[in-house]
Amino acid sequence: MMKQAEGKYKYGMVIDLDKCTGCGTCMVACASENNVSVRTDESDKERSIAWMQLFKITNGKPFPQTEVGYFPRPCMHCHHHTPCVSVCPPTATQMDYHTGIVSQIYTRCIGCRYCQAACPYHARYFNWYDGYAWIQPFPKGLERQLSPEISVRMRGVVEKCSFCHHRLMRARTRAYAEGRRELEEHEYITACAEACPTQAITFGDLNNPKHKVTRLSKSPYAFRLLEKLGTEPKVYYLSTRDWVRKMADNYRPDQLEPVGIRKT
Amino acid sequence: MDAALIPDGLKRTSPVKFFLWTLPWLGLLAWGGLSALLCLLLGLNQTNMSNIFAFALWIVFDLAVIALGAGAFFTGFLTYIIGKKELKDIINATVIIGFICYSGAVAMLGIDIGQPIRGWFIFWHANIHSMLTEVSFCITAYLAVLGIEYLPIILENKKLQEIRDFRIFGHNLHHIMAVFAATGVFLSFFHQGSLGGMFGVMYARPFAARWEFYIWPTTFFLFVFSAIAAGPCFTILCTKLTEALSRKKLVPDGTIQLLAKISGWLLAGYMVLKIIDTLGWVHGIVPSAGLTFMDFFREGPYGAWLLGLEIIVCGIIPAIILITPQARQHQGLLIVACLLNCTGIVLNRFNFIILTLAIPVMPFARFWSYLPTWQEWGIAMAVVGYGMILFSASYRYLPLFPREKELNAAVN
Repeated sequence: MMKQAEGKYKYGMVIDLDKCTGCGTCMVACASENNVSVRTDESDKERSIAWMQLFKITNGKPFPQTEVGYFPRPCMHCHHHTPCVSVCPPTATQMDYHTGIVSQIYTRCIGCRYCQAACPYHARYFNWYDGYAWIQPFPKGLERQLSPEISVRMRGVVEKCSFCHHRLMRARTRAYAEGRRELEEHEYITACAEACPTQAITFGDLNNPKHKVTRLSKSPYAFRLLEKLGTEPKVYYLSTRDWVRKMADNYRPDQLEPVGIRKT
Repeated sequence: MDAALIPDGLKRTSPVKFFLWTLPWLGLLAWGGLSALLCLLLGLNQTNMSNIFAFALWIVFDLAVIALGAGAFFTGFLTYIIGKKELKDIINATVIIGFICYSGAVAMLGIDIGQPIRGWFIFWHANIHSMLTEVSFCITAYLAVLGIEYLPIILENKKLQEIRDFRIFGHNLHHIMAVFAATGVFLSFFHQGSLGGMFGVMYARPFAARWEFYIWPTTFFLFVFSAIAAGPCFTILCTKLTEALSRKKLVPDGTIQLLAKISGWLLAGYMVLKIIDTLGWVHGIVPSAGLTFMDFFREGPYGAWLLGLEIIVCGIIPAIILITPQARQHQGLLIVACLLNCTGIVLNRFNFIILTLAIPVMPFARFWSYLPTWQEWGIAMAVVGYGMILFSASYRYLPLFPREKELNAAVN
């Protein structure tokens, strides 16, 4: 990959796992905001589309020491040598160096699914069915809840979390109309961050020291998923629980030193 | 009925018998046709692929047939560039096998992509960093080269030879074939390598990831090596099968032995590199990802035995047989070694594709299973049916083996 200059903005997210209750509001908010298609029968989870996916984890200990946690997992928008970007043959996915957001061009995707194979986070979803982009949406009437800001995806293409890119566009348009060139911190946040009832998700510009997300990402409790692989995700997690932090990456037996603060 | 088309002096079975022989293969083609229709009309939900198994049976089959079809370019390389003239006795057959394998793979890929109508985007919006872009360019170009190499063989048909322009054109094509053979070699070395590179560059999937040498991961070189080691063995198997079915000697033993010997030494060399690469990966990339080798096999039916089977049973054993003159001269052992060699390469592709995707990387991600549907098998089997029909028809109507007349006259 060609080295490019670091962009001005680097949007990212911090998810506090100690605050997450696993309620799933982020998933619902994301799906309805981004016109994520549904099927009448969603029991085949291998084919369900969830830009924001919730993984349940447990510490594996018997009662009463059992603890449960959740990993909300959006696209990590990997900053270094983005695994999916470098492999896509028709350049249907790109990382915008001005914002750090990894895009997906649905109308250019040919559906080869190489990006899915390259992504270790399973953040990419293929449209196995027609979804909304069909002459007659099914079930009938469901098209009335679609957001006009987001294009629906046709069968045979890959989709993923866009950090609600349309919200950035909307915020920019408004700011430009008001004669501003810079956005306020609250003007651009993702649907999941907005919807989270416990405010576990914080969104902002990781390059801006004034943004809360920057401060949180530098917390001693902050870590990222599969950090050893070197993908440099722009999604950080927070947890004071040792076992939760260990679940975020693979550790060899000799690497199993305590990484957290609170050992439960 | 079709006697006018059969090459002079060669005996072929009756048209009725030939038609009956093609029936099962036509059946496979019909099964594949129905499957393809369903996949194109209703989408890839007709398969059992999923967001976990984004690549599945078809990609395994694609990579396998492309590797097995490597006999075409490598025999061309040995014949026209290295100057092993005795291989001219088998070169026509290798070209046709190569053509079948590559055209079959391209046809399968056309159905495998979610939006077949946009297939040309790879060329129009090419991402030069993607190994798959390189594979697509080279496979398409090489299929064209194989078509050009196939053409003079078709023009040698008795009826077509009667047309003066075809005769002259075919003759001239023969003269410049070395140019196409060289082009084919260049293209093939790159796409065989890039098919391996596709997996080695997936650095976030520790099971497939390998070190990079300049821009190429080690799998780039290993895939080239394994393809040229197995390709000639597949050619031998196809020739032996044709000999068994036609009850004729078609290729001199010397040619087969030469191919087997070259294949054996290449396989031996490949095994040395593969073992070094595997050890380096187990002690380098795997621990750097926080894993141990056995961590990959915590769940599911797959195990380290697959790698053992690939390297020891389907690698070292056939290599020993093929490099030992006494062993490879034994017909039974030769066939066993060729079969093991070809199985090994298919297993290698299977391991790189299916295992890579089946092994969850995130500690909390679970293992999912996958079994192909009849539609997936249908399309894969259609390539077999198509190959059988094209090869049989080529054998029947074209002078595929230049020494056939002479060898069988000697027997009689």
